[in-house]
Amino acid sequence: MNNKKTDYNSVMNRKGEIIKAALDLDYDQFELPGISFDYDSMMEKAGYSLEEVIKIQSQTNVGNTPMIEPDNINLLVKKLSKSGYGAKILIKDEAVNPSGSFKDRRASVSVYHAKKLGYEGVIAATSGNYGAAVASQANKRGLKCIIVQETYDSRGFGQPEIVEKGRACEAYGAEVHQLTVGPELFYVFLLLLEETGYFNASLYTPFGVAGIETLGYEVAMDVKNKYGKFPEAVVITHAGGGNVTGTTRGLLKADANDTKIIAASVDLTGLHMASDLDFNRKSFTTGHTGFGFPFATWPDRADVPRNAARALRYMDRYVTVTQGEVFYATEMLAQLEGIERGPAGNISLAAAVNIAQEMQEDNIIVVQETEYTGAGKHPTAQLTFAKKIGVEIYRGDPKENIPGKKIVIPEHPSQIRVKEVDLDRIRKSYIRNTLKNYNIKPQDLTEQDIDFLAEETNTNIKYIKDLLKEFEN
Amino acid sequence: MSYAKKGDWVQISRIVLPPGKRAPQVPEETQRVPLKKMVKGFLLQDAEKGDKVTIRTVIGREIKGKLKMKNPVYPHDFGEPVPELLPIGREIWEIIGRESKKK
Repeated sequence: MNNKKTDYNSVMNRKGEIIKAALDLDYDQFELPGISFDYDSMMEKAGYSLEEVIKIQSQTNVGNTPMIEPDNINLLVKKLSKSGYGAKILIKDEAVNPSGSFKDRRASVSVYHAKKLGYEGVIAATSGNYGAAVASQANKRGLKCIIVQETYDSRGFGQPEIVEKGRACEAYGAEVHQLTVGPELFYVFLLLLEETGYFNASLYTPFGVAGIETLGYEVAMDVKNKYGKFPEAVVITHAGGGNVTGTTRGLLKADANDTKIIAASVDLTGLHMASDLDFNRKSFTTGHTGFGFPFATWPDRADVPRNAARALRYMDRYVTVTQGEVFYATEMLAQLEGIERGPAGNISLAAAVNIAQEMQEDNIIVVQETEYTGAGKHPTAQLTFAKKIGVEIYRGDPKENIPGKKIVIPEHPSQIRVKEVDLDRIRKSYIRNTLKNYNIKPQDLTEQDIDFLAEETNTNIKYIKDLLKEFEN
Repeated sequence: MSYAKKGDWVQISRIVLPPGKRAPQVPEETQRVPLKKMVKGFLLQDAEKGDKVTIRTVIGREIKGKLKMKNPVYPHDFGEPVPELLPIGREIWEIIGRESKKK
């Protein structure tokens, strides 16, 4: 035992050294003067190549999931589209990964890396599918696993989806620390890292994100091999940014350079993520705007010095759907395709059902994930829980949706309508956060910084210079 | 007879941060309540509910806290049937027309 102080402030002040010891990766080597860092070099030097990742994942049965053609859903989409429109939807069935979601791809590389570096165990702070993924992969590699999750409100009520994820982690033999609501989960996480000397299996490391690249690569090649071309669009559920980042990087590695990247989140705007009262008023615990917006506008809020998941670099379009629309899409997948999957994995399916109607009939749009379903992770479980805590649920126009108050289940599939997120606003917010967090004035940014901002926001130097003028004075 | 015996599978609870000592950025309603942590493991001594105890977790680590319950149940399930979802299957098949599948 060491004599280090374990109170909140002392531990938070040691954050840098704790994270460094728990990753064995020196992020300073990628830093550049000013606000910039060398992202490409970080991904190349600290990550793994696509070939290496394929090999690592084949050792633990991750990836090579089926690409499903949901022909009944596609018949429905054709019925809803005007003549000549209604793209073919394809679904990458990621639920068949060992622990039931695409997160196995991410966890596989993190755990492999931890093992290679000689760590005895891995720790991840996550209330999502990633916990089960890390626990599952740790078993395969013979490492111990601790998962820290935000589970309950102060009255002890657990969101059913998170309770299920806790159970799954325990089923895989992980030690699970379940906390009440609050961002201080990070403090508990740091204490555990220091106490155990385990590896930080963060969602946001270059190795974790490299693990998702195979998903994008498989999507590109599955479609190319069967349909003779790359898909016109891929819809990707967006929360912390890893799914969008890794999938797009994989698509690019397959040379699918023209595929449009559409990010999709469930609209939970207005609910405060650190609020004890709002916590259980959401029926989705991931893939929502409560992560999607803050992580797009400031990725470096993560548990590593530089987040490898930088979604704004890759998205061409960003849309939201409502909780009711996603429950409807989940029902659609079960009733038309005979495939029962978890609702959170169907966020991008709900978006694709609408977007396919805008696209020509010879186009292909890929929904790049599904997730497992079960007690807690199911529309009936979520809606029963929502009703109990006073959320109003009815059939109607999803436009009437109010996160935390009303869940509106569409009366007709044509009522599923994505809402556009103004990417210029997101970019502006990203620039504002950069200036604030570095305490730097627009006029003090170097040419290198401006180049960096253009890359970060998937824009160009002129765009950034024009935008910066708005922040001057 | 004590509530739980040495070797029982139990859940313990600990207050990590008391009310008022929460991180400055948390909203008021969260600031008013403690940050609690729950962990499960095998009890290392006989104990009553609320006693300060030590457990050994499934990965062999020892953790201290107050005894909350033995054999902690998983409370989640599939919930009740949801009338708002039940008609959807029939409705969408009507739009498609089942006869279109007979081809």
